Amino acid sequence: MFQFTKYSKVYYLVSGILIIASIASLIVFKLHFGIEFTGGSNMEVEFIPSTVSGQVNRPGNEQITKALESFKLGDIVVQPTGDKGAILQFKGIDEATHQNVLAELTKLSPVEEKSFQFIGPSVGQELKNKTVIAILLSLLAITLYIAFAFRKVSRPVASWKYGVTSLIALVHDILIPLGVFSLLGHFYNVEITIPIVAALLTILGFSVHDTIVIFDRIRENILRRGMGEFSQTVDWSLTQTVGRSISTVATVLIVMFALYFFGGPTLKYFSLALIIGVSSGAYSSIFIASPLLVSWNKWSERKT
Amino acid sequence: MQQKYWIFIGVVILALLAGTFVYPNYVNQGIDGLNGKFGWHVPHFWSKPYTLGLDLQGGVNLIYQADLIKTDDKGLAMQGLRDVIERRVNMFGVSEPVVQIQGSDRLIVSLPGVKDVKQAIEMIGQTPYLEFDEQKTEAESKPILDKIKEIQDAESKKEDYTKIKDWQLALQNPYFKPTELTGKYLSKAAVVFDQTTFKPQIQLTFNSEGSKLFEQITARNIQKPLAIYLDGASIIDTTGDGKIDVSDVYAPIIQDKITGGTAVITGNISAQTANTITSRLNSGALPVKIGDPISQETVGPTLGQASLQKSLWAGLLGLLAVVIFMIIFYRLPGLLASIALLVYVAITLSIFKLVPVTLTLAGIGGFILSIGMAVDANILIFARMKEEIKQGKAVDVAIKEGFGRAWPSIRDSNLNSLIVCAILFIFSTSFIKGFALTLSLGIVVSLFSAIFITRILLQVFIGKWSEKVKWIL
Repeated sequence: MFQFTKYSKVYYLVSGILIIASIASLIVFKLHFGIEFTGGSNMEVEFIPSTVSGQVNRPGNEQITKALESFKLGDIVVQPTGDKGAILQFKGIDEATHQNVLAELTKLSPVEEKSFQFIGPSVGQELKNKTVIAILLSLLAITLYIAFAFRKVSRPVASWKYGVTSLIALVHDILIPLGVFSLLGHFYNVEITIPIVAALLTILGFSVHDTIVIFDRIRENILRRGMGEFSQTVDWSLTQTVGRSISTVATVLIVMFALYFFGGPTLKYFSLALIIGVSSGAYSSIFIASPLLVSWNKWSERKT
Repeated sequence: MQQKYWIFIGVVILALLAGTFVYPNYVNQGIDGLNGKFGWHVPHFWSKPYTLGLDLQGGVNLIYQADLIKTDDKGLAMQGLRDVIERRVNMFGVSEPVVQIQGSDRLIVSLPGVKDVKQAIEMIGQTPYLEFDEQKTEAESKPILDKIKEIQDAESKKEDYTKIKDWQLALQNPYFKPTELTGKYLSKAAVVFDQTTFKPQIQLTFNSEGSKLFEQITARNIQKPLAIYLDGASIIDTTGDGKIDVSDVYAPIIQDKITGGTAVITGNISAQTANTITSRLNSGALPVKIGDPISQETVGPTLGQASLQKSLWAGLLGLLAVVIFMIIFYRLPGLLASIALLVYVAITLSIFKLVPVTLTLAGIGGFILSIGMAVDANILIFARMKEEIKQGKAVDVAIKEGFGRAWPSIRDSNLNSLIVCAILFIFSTSFIKGFALTLSLGIVVSLFSAIFITRILLQVFIGKWSEKVKWIL
């Protein structure tokens, strides 16, 4: 048996630093939201070989910005993609202006439009609100579910405490990927898009899997072996389940890494968010949620 | 034969059917080969393509906000608007357009594969135009009909009809010409029922100016038809061929001069048709403005194809890696779980085709994720089985205990995921809905494959013999 809970303070310290760093990064760099949340236009183009020279000529960012000056598009962000492509972002425009912008680009160099997205400001704000509601509701539902599922174990730790500790672990699991994405957003212009939000919510559902399996084992060991030292029961349960935790996380990570490296650009950051979140989830179930139960129990015993 | 073998045979048949449905090419090639060799006429296996979302097949997705401030019955007005827009995009010739109402005043228009987005937006944004047309005289009709015939002759000889003098004349409606009466003179239309026969009728109420116009028109057209057009096409499909084109004309006969501005259209129509006509008349009478889209998403056809290929390839690699992982760490049970995983993939993809689930990139992401998660239940069970075997239990007992003991964890964790999926589904845009749907489908099917199928495989393939070679467990 490995004495997991003996080193609780070390885990708390590590997670504490990670969480504080994430929050700091979120405050300083904020999140770089995609246009589906902020409103605006997003245009993805690829320059194609010109009929005259047969060569692909991708105009420089400044050249593009200058050519589009007359449309009064606000701040134009041009981001080159691959060898021949570019992503342009600017304020919301109507279809006629969109066509004119495309025509102006074609004057610079022959171009093919890959995608165009325009989101009105009200739609973006609405989506933001809905996302926040969805995340909060998920957290609430999961906490309640766990408190309910563990209602039969009230000793030595009350069942609602299982719910609360898994909630703390979940907040941990969602803050760390958010922190990473705020850094990525600041330094590499990576945006929070809808797929990433979907990934974050999935992390909530998935990382609680691990916590449930471990708590379930604690529940079973308490019911079967009776009351012993609670910390020992937890250690024993963790030892029994750790192999399974590693296997489960490994299989999810395998497919997500495959998606990250071979899945193309659209799902790249979706899989990255899941890779970070799932790893953090596995860590937090073993090293945060369970030790917290023990610490909480010790603390309340000392009080009485 | 024992029951477990029958179930096993059932699972094998299910797996083969699902697999063939997902990828019928090889089976069909085989059928072709046999047909050629023996002169049989075995038909091909039923094939049904996936329904691809806009982001995968290209097209445009538009969101409109209707201006309903002046409208009393908002629900009805939105229904009418949806109907009118749907008519227009159908006539635009887009394959499988989707027009749906979102919330109380939003309209989502999806046009897969559309080329000219600008024209589509212009067409959708137009105010509905309702007109009442009277019959042309023979002298007016004849030159148009002649011209149409002339052009048809030219076309059958494959000649360029644009060389014919005044060919544009043939584009005119040969039978009807517009009157001054249009939608703006109509106050409202309603379905009423005949007091004695209880048949549905359509009641038209015109405003004061419209009443005068209507009186003049009816006076000069007694016993003649009055055709009703919306957006330049017949208000309903009268030929019953499912589409509205030049051969459709909806033209009630004017029985008498009508004064007072209220008219009733009688005749043998179903209540449903009466409702359709009424709502279209109303959308022409009280046009709801939708203006420009508040959100637009256009995806070129090549982008979607490329990302589809890439993500499918990634999914296949991931699947292979999971299989290798399972076999290395869990040996024979791992191999059986891998077989169950392949059955899982086949069944899930079959459901995607059957329902059909509209596949988006996010949906495929969700599906690939579910491949990694599907074996979770198996890992739990196997880990439990190993423990029981270590404690010296017989293999068949260990299998049973493994499933029984692991079940509460499996149930709790998967229910939790389903709860999150439900929240995602309710509180989000269509993009995430696709993701939540594929993920929750994946969870449900994976429970079936990881528990039911794997258990049958274990019962069939692992017997007393394995006691001697415990290392494979």
